[in-house]
Amino acid sequence: MGRLQEYEVIGRHLPTETDPTPKLYRLQIFAPNSVVAKSRYWYFMKQLRKVKKSTGEIVSMKVISEKRPTKVKNFGIWIRYDSRSGTHNMYKEYRDLSRTSAVESLYQDMAARHRARFRSIHILKVVELEKSEDVKRQYIKQLLTPGLKFPLPHRVTKSKQIFSFKRPSTFY
Amino acid sequence: MSEEVTTVKGSSWRLVEVGRVILINKGEYAGKLAAIVEIIDHKRVLIDGPNDVARQAFPLARATLTPIVIPKLTRGARTGTTAKKWAEAGVDEKWAKSSWAQKINSRALRRENTDFGRFEVLLLKKQRRYKVKKALAKAKKLA
Repeated sequence: MGRLQEYEVIGRHLPTETDPTPKLYRLQIFAPNSVVAKSRYWYFMKQLRKVKKSTGEIVSMKVISEKRPTKVKNFGIWIRYDSRSGTHNMYKEYRDLSRTSAVESLYQDMAARHRARFRSIHILKVVELEKSEDVKRQYIKQLLTPGLKFPLPHRVTKSKQIFSFKRPSTFY
Repeated sequence: MSEEVTTVKGSSWRLVEVGRVILINKGEYAGKLAAIVEIIDHKRVLIDGPNDVARQAFPLARATLTPIVIPKLTRGARTGTTAKKWAEAGVDEKWAKSSWAQKINSRALRRENTDFGRFEVLLLKKQRRYKVKKALAKAKKLA
């Protein structure tokens, strides 16, 4: 079980006299736990519609689990992130076993390359790329070569002892 | 261009490829063998195997590549097919025969040995030395 989980959160505005049956809104949210998921739901709903936590309610919430967690898939992820100087849209690709682990590596990647925090990233869309022609990025394309094989040159095998009587062989 | 024959050989690396058998070094499955079923990226592979290793993504940093390769294992082969090809290729027998596996076994045996066991080994070694020296002395005398 990884750091993040995918939640499906459905909520609505509280019924009022003018609107006794308010529309339901469903969001798919990646969050470490249900508390954060609900909080993120209201964060996005406030931006999209005129609802907030005090005037709305969450109708249902459930965890979406991966359908095939042992199949290697390619994911395309659209994000919007606030950098120090502005807001950017981005499209990135990841190769992983599940949507959640792809999103996890996205957060790590954004933290590494752009020093972006969780709070400054909006995940807009996560799509599984079923056809290899749909893969756009070279860093994923190179892994789709038929009959892919590569060596692992220069490995340092770590010894458990403190002192060693010979230099490590890095040929692998 | 003239064709020249070179005697220089390229290094024969063990490759990360579908069908390559790996030895797991760390974690829950340490010491067990598994086959690479699909390459996820340059650091992680999807592994599977009949030796109680669950199908999972595994980092190559925690495994060692063995010289054994299961021929014609298709990319993303399922657990049943992998187990079948594994048996067909005779991976377990090949591994048991290799000096690498034997070394691991003998090391484990030595570690389990009791003080009395180690004493017995000492005596047996002494006896062996005595016999070898005797034979050598005899051969020298003849020569």
